[in-house]
Amino acid sequence: MKRLAQGAKHRVELTLNGARRVGHCEPRMLLSDFLRQELGATGVHVGCEHGVCGACTVRVNGSTQRSCLTFAVATDGQSVQTVEGLTGSEGELSDLQRAFRRHHALQCGFCTPGILLSASEFLERAPEPTEREVREMLSGHLCRCTGYTSIVAAILAVAMERRERKDHA
Amino acid sequence: MKPAAFDYIRVDSADEAVAVLAEHGDEACILAGGQSLTPMLNMRLAQPRVLVDISRAADLVASKTENATLVVRAAATQASVEQRPRLADEVPLLRQAFPHLGHVQTRNRGTVCGSIAHADPSAELPLCVAVLGGEIVLRSRSGRRMLRADEFFQGPLSTARQPTEMVEETRFPLARVGERYGFTEIAMRHGDFAIVALAVTVSAAEIRLGVCGVADRPRLRRCPHLAGAELDAELDRFAWELGARDDQHASASYRRYLVRKLGRKLIEELQR
Repeated sequence: MKRLAQGAKHRVELTLNGARRVGHCEPRMLLSDFLRQELGATGVHVGCEHGVCGACTVRVNGSTQRSCLTFAVATDGQSVQTVEGLTGSEGELSDLQRAFRRHHALQCGFCTPGILLSASEFLERAPEPTEREVREMLSGHLCRCTGYTSIVAAILAVAMERRERKDHA
Repeated sequence: MKPAAFDYIRVDSADEAVAVLAEHGDEACILAGGQSLTPMLNMRLAQPRVLVDISRAADLVASKTENATLVVRAAATQASVEQRPRLADEVPLLRQAFPHLGHVQTRNRGTVCGSIAHADPSAELPLCVAVLGGEIVLRSRSGRRMLRADEFFQGPLSTARQPTEMVEETRFPLARVGERYGFTEIAMRHGDFAIVALAVTVSAAEIRLGVCGVADRPRLRRCPHLAGAELDAELDRFAWELGARDDQHASASYRRYLVRKLGRKLIEELQR
């Protein structure tokens, strides 16, 4: 059993995008605020702060979750991926991010980090998705710019590219 | 949108969880996945002094089948149940309901028992337990008790659970031979809370129709096989008995309309 008192700051150690990171926070600090304010991962965007909009979505131990509905202390010792972790070691964009740019799947970009992380998990689970499946996954995200059509197109294009690459290999 | 201060206690077992509840009573609140509780904390609709995180309690994370029942322990996530390889054979109604239940991103952390304990009148899982005749296991330091849905759910966000008890398990009966299952829902956005959701089981003996989103808790109607005008009349009586009210999402008459129309469509599909 682990007891953490309110009011005091507690050490939280987690793996952020592959690197061990340590921060300190009160029990009431949300993971979204911890990632942004303590660890500087400002790619985590905070929208509604009650789990509706999906902007703050990150991957915790591989699965996509709302970081505004998770407490930082509850992720101690776990592995977190944010949008900063999608790029390669030289900062080059991933295939998913390139496809978003090519298909105009973002305009203001506020919702984009969360959608990219959901899409990255989704394509690992469903490498040959239908449009309907993509739209169901996207139902957990609000985008007020694109009308979603271009986002769906980008995700389906990446799925096809990855299949072709695999067939050629 | 930041929670008020609380002490955080992460327990490693169900025994520890109920011991902490015995110590703190109604000042403590169980945190499983937090997908219903955390929004209420963020909006300060709930301000418990102690949060008891059970998400890593090793004896609470599993789901399993035993004695013709799917047993879902308190910290088992909705996704872990949804991804059971044989769920469509085990509890077909759950297989049909899960896509409507929040979003992938909330099912990944949210738990089945958490949704049951929260008892939102529009939530799908309480509806499924009620229609299937499932049971809820409550545990305190002094023992366990098992309740049916109609005993457990008492109103909006209100249940028979005592402050020193936790929802330890939700038990869903496995599919019965010859019984058929249907689920449908109308919501503002796919995955949002239901304006109206209906779950139906049809067996040789009877029809069981459950509705959530209309009354203050999931409500169940049992009737013999009916068709045509008799079925319409039965659905109409049920729709009026639910005491629908207007809110910002839908009028009472629209909710009654959905119960009548969707109820008939679902039942007729399953009777075919």
